[in-house]
Amino acid sequence: MADQVLDAKGLNCPLPIIKTKKQLKELPVGNTLEVIATDPGSVADFAAFCRTTGNEMVEQSQEGGVFRFVIRRAA
Amino acid sequence: MSEQDDNKPKSMTIIVTKGSLDWAYPPFILATTAAAMGVDVTLFFTFYGLPLLKKKLDLQVTTLGNPAMAMPMMGMHMVMPNLIGMLPGVDGMATKMMKDMIAKKGVASIEELRDMAIECEVKMIACQMTMDLFEFKLEDMIDGITLGGAATYMENALKSDINLYI
Repeated sequence: MADQVLDAKGLNCPLPIIKTKKQLKELPVGNTLEVIATDPGSVADFAAFCRTTGNEMVEQSQEGGVFRFVIRRAA
Repeated sequence: MSEQDDNKPKSMTIIVTKGSLDWAYPPFILATTAAAMGVDVTLFFTFYGLPLLKKKLDLQVTTLGNPAMAMPMMGMHMVMPNLIGMLPGVDGMATKMMKDMIAKKGVASIEELRDMAIECEVKMIACQMTMDLFEFKLEDMIDGITLGGAATYMENALKSDINLYI
């Protein structure tokens, strides 16, 4: 279970990433955020976001057009 | 760059030259996303991009000279011939359609993106020459912008990793 959840369903680029960053910033380092999105572009975007920022993609899954990402906040 | 400094954040500048509803998106999307990815961003607003800094935005889109603009309609895509695009009211209609689609598809409005850019501390420079040329007043512009010219931009661009012109 992630420490916090962000519902980004129905939002389009770049909102899921911006809102994720905003919420991650409020999270203690090492805690996790689960993002739920419906934007198919978010799969590539969240991977790129994590690679670039150093935040860790702990888990990711997809079911019926809904994408879930669990991201651990890095320092 | 002659020396590698891994601690220094990456940086990006964008020269923003267009102020129509469609062209306002790329600079604000890139600026907010880059800022979210830890990049220092500077936007330089000049010529027709400058009105994007006005407090009150009323952005329009035009079909004129825009042959690739295909609006979805009844399961198909409609391209407006230039001759029809010239008629009064057509741009207003296209703008309304675009704004409706933006709201329906969960795309942020330019106002929202601009607020986010401000919140992410994106630096915004208004071109002083354009202010003079088109008689814009500083009090009509949003707070927190700086005034500057080409040299101000160049100083930022010279030390940036990415410089774009949109």
